[in-house]
Amino acid sequence: MRFSALAALIAALAIPGFARAADAPAGALSCSGCHPGAAGVDTPAVRLVGLPATDIESAMRAYKSGARAATIMDRIAKGLGDDEIAAIAAWYASQPK
Amino acid sequence: MTHSTHRRGFMAGAGALALATPSLAQGAAGRVVVIGGGFAGATVARAIKAMDARVAVTLVEPNATFTACPFSNEVIVGLRGIEAQQFGYDGVRKAGVEVIVDTASAVDAEACVVTLAGGARLAYDRLVIAPGVDIAWGALPGYTPEAAEIMPHAWKAGAQTLLLRAQLEAMEDGGVVVISAPANPYRCPPGPYERASLIAWYLKTRKPKSKLLLLDAKDAFSKQKLFQNAWKELYPNLEWVSLSSGGKVVSVDPAGLVLETEFGKHKANVANVIPPQRAGAIAAAAGVADRSGWCPMDPVTFESTLRKNIHVIGDAAIAGAMPKSAFAANAQAKACAAAIVALLNGRAPAEPLLLNTCYSVAAPEYGFSVAGVYRPAKGLLNEVAGSGGASPVDAPEATRALEARLANGWYNTITAEVFG
Repeated sequence: MRFSALAALIAALAIPGFARAADAPAGALSCSGCHPGAAGVDTPAVRLVGLPATDIESAMRAYKSGARAATIMDRIAKGLGDDEIAAIAAWYASQPK
Repeated sequence: MTHSTHRRGFMAGAGALALATPSLAQGAAGRVVVIGGGFAGATVARAIKAMDARVAVTLVEPNATFTACPFSNEVIVGLRGIEAQQFGYDGVRKAGVEVIVDTASAVDAEACVVTLAGGARLAYDRLVIAPGVDIAWGALPGYTPEAAEIMPHAWKAGAQTLLLRAQLEAMEDGGVVVISAPANPYRCPPGPYERASLIAWYLKTRKPKSKLLLLDAKDAFSKQKLFQNAWKELYPNLEWVSLSSGGKVVSVDPAGLVLETEFGKHKANVANVIPPQRAGAIAAAAGVADRSGWCPMDPVTFESTLRKNIHVIGDAAIAGAMPKSAFAANAQAKACAAAIVALLNGRAPAEPLLLNTCYSVAAPEYGFSVAGVYRPAKGLLNEVAGSGGASPVDAPEATRALEARLANGWYNTITAEVFG
């Protein structure tokens, strides 16, 4: 019991912001190259951790279709399937802030 | 014999080795050794702990402090201090990773044991080799480790970065800086062109009578139109000489500060030779590098196609369409961690989806990027058709400034994740 609690604690801290890294769907962990998992990182890129899934998903779909102006996310969104976008959005939404 | 952390399978001597064989059968989740503590290695070590904290992860890295290459071009021209590039391993240790500051000197792929220069032996169930690049000494006649002290490569950040900066600072106005860029593949495809841009910026602002000559072993390069537009707009002091115009450097003479191309000789006041490279030496020693000097691997598991139970990620790997960038190394590392955790737990690894984003700055407040989305196909990582690509060539000034801020944000983000 104690060991698994400790293991869970280590896992939660090993990549800041990603308490559930083991369940990450394909592609989700690439996003944190730019979108910080941890709070307090100085960057214009939005922190996705804990955002509502619908917000992430609708933004990605709008980048993909060209409906939303982008600097870089249009180029990335075009490579992802709608099901992949939904899975990534749901996973980020499920991460504790 | 200097370490005593036997608990994690860190042993000296054959007797101890026998005790350490299949840990999986004893109910533990397995032992992973990672060689190399850069963006690939430090990430995979942490990501494995994040995905399954029961796995014992040992990271072997020769330097107690990591010096990052991205943004080191800004250090060369005085826009940034070297300390902004440097990170310790406390964050990696706090993530539950055992960090050993030593050099991996040999890998026995049959016995699954890594030997360190200090004599220690580490048994593994899965080994990750992420040593980055080494300079391919001997590939460019005249360019030796001694020559690099006169004509720095500055392609591994640290002392070489500071040497090139000191040379630029010491150069008298009116001097000629010569950069030579290698043929593909090499670390950071747009790096030589970002460096040329920033050195041209430095010369323009500090030593305006000076010139920069960029001798290239290629006719085409990453973000070419974006760089060439920036040069046209900002840097009349920069001349790019392509392969077909005679830009390929075939030998160097450090005593005379001369770079010889197929077409002639160029005397420099400061010479920055970016030489041919190959995977870090341990890759060849472990038998995972092929005749090209780089490491072929499976695009789903990142397992070497040459040695079982050894995975290769980052700049050392042959990753198909993915470039040798820090972002790619970090993305590959997280996908590799997921595959290793699946394999250690008897599950089939899932197909990864990988991203890359790579920013360059041509001047302060003047940034642009290339992005890509990659999936496994036919044994390589292929770019998804219709996605990715470079920033628009006709973007307004505000977009260039935003991309420069995004570049800084990317660096803050990735270094916080990997070393924070």
